[in-house]
Amino acid sequence: MAATDTARSAVRPFGLRMAQRRRLGHALVHLALLAGVLLMFIPLAWTIATSLKKPGEVFLFPPTFIPSEIIWRNYIDAVTAIPFFRYLWNTCIITGVSIFGKVISVMLVAFAFARLRWWGRDTLFLIMLATLMLPPHVTLIPQFILFKSLGWINTFLPLIVPQFFGGPWLTFLVRQFLLTLPRELDDAARIDGCSSFGLFWRIILPLARPAMLIVVIFVFNNTWNEFLLPLIYLQSQEKFTLALGLRMFQGEASTSWHLLMAASLLTMLPVLLLFFAAQKHFMQGIVFTGVKG
Amino acid sequence: MRARPQSRLAWRRNLEGWLFASPWIIGFVLWTLGPMVASLVIAFTEWDLISAPRWVGLANIETLVQDDLVGQALQVTTLYAITSIPLHILFGLALALLLNTRISGLRFYRTAFYLPSVLSGVAVALLWRWLFSKEFGLLNALLYQFFGIQGPSWLGDERWALPSLVLMSLWGVGSGAIIYLAGLQGIPTDLYEAAAVDGARGWNRFWHITLPMMTPVLFFELVTGIIGALQVFTQALIMTNGGPNNATLFYLLYLYQNAFQYFRMGYGSTLAWVLFLYILVLTLLTYRSSQFWVYYEGEERNR
Repeated sequence: MAATDTARSAVRPFGLRMAQRRRLGHALVHLALLAGVLLMFIPLAWTIATSLKKPGEVFLFPPTFIPSEIIWRNYIDAVTAIPFFRYLWNTCIITGVSIFGKVISVMLVAFAFARLRWWGRDTLFLIMLATLMLPPHVTLIPQFILFKSLGWINTFLPLIVPQFFGGPWLTFLVRQFLLTLPRELDDAARIDGCSSFGLFWRIILPLARPAMLIVVIFVFNNTWNEFLLPLIYLQSQEKFTLALGLRMFQGEASTSWHLLMAASLLTMLPVLLLFFAAQKHFMQGIVFTGVKG
Repeated sequence: MRARPQSRLAWRRNLEGWLFASPWIIGFVLWTLGPMVASLVIAFTEWDLISAPRWVGLANIETLVQDDLVGQALQVTTLYAITSIPLHILFGLALALLLNTRISGLRFYRTAFYLPSVLSGVAVALLWRWLFSKEFGLLNALLYQFFGIQGPSWLGDERWALPSLVLMSLWGVGSGAIIYLAGLQGIPTDLYEAAAVDGARGWNRFWHITLPMMTPVLFFELVTGIIGALQVFTQALIMTNGGPNNATLFYLLYLYQNAFQYFRMGYGSTLAWVLFLYILVLTLLTYRSSQFWVYYEGEERNR
């Protein structure tokens, strides 16, 4: 870079033109990106606008973008038209327990694969990687039959119990992270008389907090939005998650789009809040799996 | 006898390893291996979960071969994959290149483009359904007001339903762009400097340095894109329920209908295995093709 800079300043007029050109280039890039941002936000903005409109205004043609009158009441109507808080509570329980189970199991298994040496480790790791390629729907039907024979249909159990048994993808992600921690930590801890569990609990786990946060975010997002499994396993309305509740709302009130959009936004809100709170970790997770995976 | 303390230590080590890994090992046997074996057996039966399963041999496969809807489902799913994946790569890469120009406000742009891709599920499907509405949707309103075009009924039109879902999927283009951006930032600058000395600029620079260096990331995105595209479900059920006239009958939706609406567990299992084999073949083909176009650093030494 230094070489090109001196070359530029040596030929002054040409250099000026270069600078101007670059500024123009940047302006164009900004223009293109801003147009893109606008496109990306139109769907959300439209949803918000719809959720605040008077019922009659929703069905105008051509549609108005900004509501003539902002009706906050729509949100109250939306959460009372369906047992919204019941669904919210169910979703929170399933999500909370899933996060708990997944984090514990994934950390334990990743620790075994990354920091311990034992017979069969590499073979099992290969098997785990192979299951990454296995589409989940192959096991969908037999799992359903299994849970049905256990009498677990219409309970949360089929949704949360499997979460306590790790998962290949997140385990792989955490293992890659744990491999980056220095080996000397383990040796020092062993010399001080630490057991394997002590090493895991007192040394590795505190250092692995960034990876743990990524696991929490992914599990939260996936469980919160999960649709197929609740659809199969939950049958009575008081067991429904938000995803199922929204779907039912759609069938019942196909003309109340303003309420439907309000309920949809409320459902998305926790994900949005988490995104703004932990944006860095969201991106780390996706980049980590994409580039190094 | 002399080796005893040593072997006891080794034994303890092995035990600890298996104990720590046991959640996954048990889970693998309970939720993956067992069900897979069971699924293979169920595929040869007729079973509605009310009466006992009945062994039917290869009858399910015969049914499958004659089932026009299987062909339709495979066609819809494949068409979706071969249109949405290239578009995602194209727009994602273009966006990443724009973001990589060392402009100000990078953080804002990154957030803005990434945000929609974290949203998913039923709420998003409903949002887009409303957007695509023929009379009251935003898309047709914009088409009408800016171009004077009377838009189609999108999700209600056989020809437009699948393209609508592809268009909707592009809302998530930001997640790919973030990955590409990280890849672009990982390309060593000395490569560009050397190229500049050789007089390479603009398009040449992109074609001979950026693109080859990005191929491993593109390969990863291609593989995950294929797997993801073949598993579309929520949008298909919520927005079109497979219609109109099966124009959006995604494979997983058809599997769901058979297994959990008509309770044909045997046929559903056969369908599941066929999709699995299809994904496997596509992934292997992609993998085999990678030696012709994916460039890994330090590869020349091996050739």
